Amino acid sequence: MIAIALGIAFGCVALALLFNGWRLLKGPALGDRIVALDTMVINAIALIVLVGMSGGSDTYFEAALLLAMVGFVSTIAYCKFILRGDIVE
Amino acid sequence: MSTLVDIIVVALVLLGATFVLIGSWGLVRLPSTMERLHGPTKATTLGLGSLLLASVVYFQGRLGIWTAHELLIALFLFITAPISANMIAKVHLHRRRIGAIEEPDGIAGPPPRPAGEGDWATFEAPEKDTQASTANS
Repeated sequence: MIAIALGIAFGCVALALLFNGWRLLKGPALGDRIVALDTMVINAIALIVLVGMSGGSDTYFEAALLLAMVGFVSTIAYCKFILRGDIVE
Repeated sequence: MSTLVDIIVVALVLLGATFVLIGSWGLVRLPSTMERLHGPTKATTLGLGSLLLASVVYFQGRLGIWTAHELLIALFLFITAPISANMIAKVHLHRRRIGAIEEPDGIAGPPPRPAGEGDWATFEAPEKDTQASTANS
C-alpha cells in the first residue's frame, strides 16, 4: 500500500518539477524565475525524502537538510544581488 | 498497529504530494508575479511538511528508527519560506519601480501605496544618524 502511494507521490513531484521548469524558462519577470528556482529546490527536497522512504535508509536526510540550507541562502543571495546591483539606493 | 501506521503514512504522503503539485500548478496558472508567489510559498511548504511528517511516522513505525532530521528540515523550511518570499516581493517591487516590468497586473491590481506620507519602507534610503543607517560614515 505504501509503495503505491509513494509511486503516486513520485509522479506528482516530478510533474511539479516540470511545471517549475516551464515557469523558469518562460518568465516573464525576473521574480518569476527566482520563485521557480526556489520551488524547484523545495521539490527536490521532497524527492529526496521520498527516495529515502522508498529505499528504507535514513542517510538521505543530511542531503535534504543541506539542500534546504543552500537553497535558502542562494535565493537570498540572488535577490540581494539584484537589489544592490541594479538599483542605486 | 502496522495497519494503522500504513494508513497514516499513506494519507500523509498523498496529502503532501497533492499540496506540492497544487503549489507548482499555481505557479503556472496564476496571472501575475505577486499572485504567483502564493502557490509555492504556502502550498508547497505545507505539502513538504506533510511529507516529512510521513517520513518520521514511517521510519518509527515500520523500521523502528527514531529520526529527528525531518523535523529539523521542516522547522528550517517553515522559518525560511516567508523570508525568501519577502525578498522576492521586494525584488519585484523594485524592478516595477524602475520600469523593468511592463507586465500587466492581475486581478488584484498593483500593490497600493501605504497610508500617510512616504512610500514602502524598502524604497526609502536609510536616514542619517539612525542606528541601521548606511549613510553615517
